[in-house]
Amino acid sequence: MYTAVPQEASNFVAGVDLAFMVILGISAFFLIGLTVVMIVFIHKYRKDKHPKAVQNEGSTKLEIIWTAVPLVLVLVMFYFGWMGWRPMKNPPDEAMHVTAIARMWNFQFQYENGKTSDTLYVPLNEPVILDLVALDVLHSLYIPAFRVKEDMVPGQDKVMWFIPGSPGEFDLFCTEYCGLEHSYMITSVIVMPKEEFDAWVLDTTAVEGPAAGADVSLADQGWEVLRKNGCNACHSQDGSKLVGPSYLGGWGNTRTVVTGRDEREVAMDEEYVMRSIYEPNADVVKGYNKGLMLSYEGMVSEEEVKLIVEYLKELNE
Amino acid sequence: MTSQTSESKVHKTYLEEDMGRKGIFKWILSTDHKRIALLYLYSMMVWFTVGVVLGLLMKLELIAPGKTLMGPQAYNATFTVHGVIMIFLIVIPGLPAVFGNFLLPIQIGAKDVAFPRLNLFSWYIYVLGSILVIISLFGNGPPDTGWTFYAPYSFKTGTNMLPAALGAFVLGFSSILTGLNFIVTIHRMRAPGMTWMKMPLFPWSIYGTAWIQLLATPIVGITLLMVAGERILGIGFFDPAKGGDPLLYQHLFWIYSHPAVYIMILPAMGAISEIIPTFTRKTIFGYKAIVISTLAIAFVGYFVWAHHMFTSGMSGTALFTFSILTFLVAIPSAIKVFNWITTMHKGSISTEVPFQWAASFIFIFMIGGLTGLVLGALATDVHLHDTAFVVAHFHFIVFGGVGFAFFGAIHYWFPVIYGRMYDNSWARTGWIVFFIGFVTLYGPMFYLGMKGMPRRYFDYLEEFHGPNIISTFGALVMITGLVIIVTNLIKSARSGPIAPHNPWGGTNLEWRIKSPPSLENFDEIPVIDKATYKFD
Ligand code: HEC
Ligand SMILES: [Cu+2]
Repeated sequence: MYTAVPQEASNFVAGVDLAFMVILGISAFFLIGLTVVMIVFIHKYRKDKHPKAVQNEGSTKLEIIWTAVPLVLVLVMFYFGWMGWRPMKNPPDEAMHVTAIARMWNFQFQYENGKTSDTLYVPLNEPVILDLVALDVLHSLYIPAFRVKEDMVPGQDKVMWFIPGSPGEFDLFCTEYCGLEHSYMITSVIVMPKEEFDAWVLDTTAVEGPAAGADVSLADQGWEVLRKNGCNACHSQDGSKLVGPSYLGGWGNTRTVVTGRDEREVAMDEEYVMRSIYEPNADVVKGYNKGLMLSYEGMVSEEEVKLIVEYLKELNE
Repeated sequence: MTSQTSESKVHKTYLEEDMGRKGIFKWILSTDHKRIALLYLYSMMVWFTVGVVLGLLMKLELIAPGKTLMGPQAYNATFTVHGVIMIFLIVIPGLPAVFGNFLLPIQIGAKDVAFPRLNLFSWYIYVLGSILVIISLFGNGPPDTGWTFYAPYSFKTGTNMLPAALGAFVLGFSSILTGLNFIVTIHRMRAPGMTWMKMPLFPWSIYGTAWIQLLATPIVGITLLMVAGERILGIGFFDPAKGGDPLLYQHLFWIYSHPAVYIMILPAMGAISEIIPTFTRKTIFGYKAIVISTLAIAFVGYFVWAHHMFTSGMSGTALFTFSILTFLVAIPSAIKVFNWITTMHKGSISTEVPFQWAASFIFIFMIGGLTGLVLGALATDVHLHDTAFVVAHFHFIVFGGVGFAFFGAIHYWFPVIYGRMYDNSWARTGWIVFFIGFVTLYGPMFYLGMKGMPRRYFDYLEEFHGPNIISTFGALVMITGLVIIVTNLIKSARSGPIAPHNPWGGTNLEWRIKSPPSLENFDEIPVIDKATYKFD
């Protein structure tokens, strides 16, 4: 209707848009109607045309009418809102599950076979259930074209589901304010025919971005790890302070860290980097906040940490 | 000249009566409800200027995708501080503290509120809250949580959210005490003969508001204390890592903050119910229905808070219930609109400036209310929640509704407050420019929300660009209007022509006494023998 999106983009679009039509239709009727009546009155009963007001204290009959009629109308609106929404709460038993993991400030989608992706790929005309996981703060997964949205609450298991109905690429936003880079917490949903999707999901070897080949330096591979895991939302390459310290100026230098209540000096070496990534809240760099960086244990392997170290070394040479 | 001096000997206005105090002490030590009203008015004007500038900065930032003026951190702080100022320092105290204080005692025939010193104390609490908000801007940087302080982000951010939350907590006390004062005043101090059903509609709306202030505000107080405990001591009410529940915070927050919307809008409706009869020369249509709808809004308004949380994962039963209650609370507002418009029927209408504000209020309020229905319905809310649509909706209600009523009220009661008149043609120009700017600013945001643009976005995709340009342009127009309006009022308050007695022909008590009123309002407490709004 208003977004240039096919009505069949998901199985909910028709119901939601019907509710929009009913509610906006009735509303527009009243808005225009009442405004016109008001303007007519103001014009017709201007002082110079109508010097003597005719007093009228009220009318019980009218009050009843204009209580009852809106009452019926809002119940109609409620009904369409309810009907359009109900199916969203009833996911089918049989469906493909994808775990959607939100953290500051990116989404990651994990498929049943362990494949992960920062873009949501889904097969056409197959029901998909997203298991929503928030790691740090509130986020909200919103796909306008599908008319679906659900908050992602840390510590709560929630699901959302849909059946994509037309192939293509659609926006996916985080709509619950989640800090500095909230407005960059966006990605897309790619709907593809079942066969193509199956081929994509089974191909667990393909790594997005520059392939980890012999011709790519270790430092570049390290950069790729940082990029893929969304570290760069909080850490800069150029020395500027974002949510966390910059990569520049780190390697080899000492810094003050706060452990519990004690402060101490540590130099950045491989062990420190590894601890910073796996237990970021054990030693917190002074001047930065605890609790913002989460552990990447299980997401970034030890080999990958070594690549990050190579990158840090090269950057600070 | 001679006649004027001899008259002022008989009638010493509240502005001349300084009780022997000097300079600023004339104001900050006075317990006169009228001076306190103006203290609030002036403090709010200062804050309003700050809030508007912050709003403009955001709109300028959003004129194009990418960084235009400031970085994301500054942007996030800007919308947070804008929200905190506008909600807690302006629209919640807004009409009750300014017009409620000034007019309530006069309209019910009393010399002051029940507890004048408590009244002044409330203003001091307001100032203390303001100071806390100012403190929050320094140190680790202004808060970046949004005015809603949602957990768990508000406990993780390194910025200064605590002073801002404490500021809101303190401001709550100002609100509670003002509400208490007004309730007692209305119950105990009505002039002889002023029965409940003879009371004008503005005091009625203040009465409904006062009960919400008294009953709902303590909840936000406790909530903000829990926030403080969470942040300082790490107790873990809301922290899932410690077994807390972030949704508990949202419930507690909205149990207050939703009724707070009615604290804002009820007095606005009350002011409109005063302006319309005066300029149509007609008694208000359906006085009783308006009174009942005021009380109904105040009552049902308590039970709809969770419609702010339709996508947070509540049970289907909860969603069903809150959606249907939200629709029910629309009915009393609709009844008011019908009664206002019917009052114009067969009236004898003079389209003076206050009336223009009132009529445009009805239009803007209808848009705000009707778009609220889209948000009250489940299917549509899921799509629109946390998008620009919501921002547009609540600016139509909170800024449109309250703002238009506030400006209507100040243009209407200006002669009572200052005894002077403002320049009519400037006032009209300001109104039309403001109106056009307002619609141009917020209108496109409905469309953006429909298209799916999330709110609180520092940056956006190219597909949202066009409407954002129009919106920023609207902001510039609207602010031009504001500047015209405010300049005209300030100038006129100091040097406008002396207003004739009762220039609009109003019927309430404030129009029957000399303007500006004397310290005690009435030389003799009036005896009321007939209903108000009688035009013959
Ligand atoms: C949500 C923001 C955020 C994200 C995302 C993030 N970090 Fe951090 N990081 C921080 C903060 C804040 C600190 C400083 C506080 C601390 O030491 O825990 C930090 C500290 C570090 C340090 C120590 C830096 C120093 O100068 O001592 C390293 C190394 C690090 N992060 C690596 C990473 C890597 C690798 C990733 C991605 C896998 C990552 N971070 C993702 C916020 C983040
Ligand atoms: Cu997010």
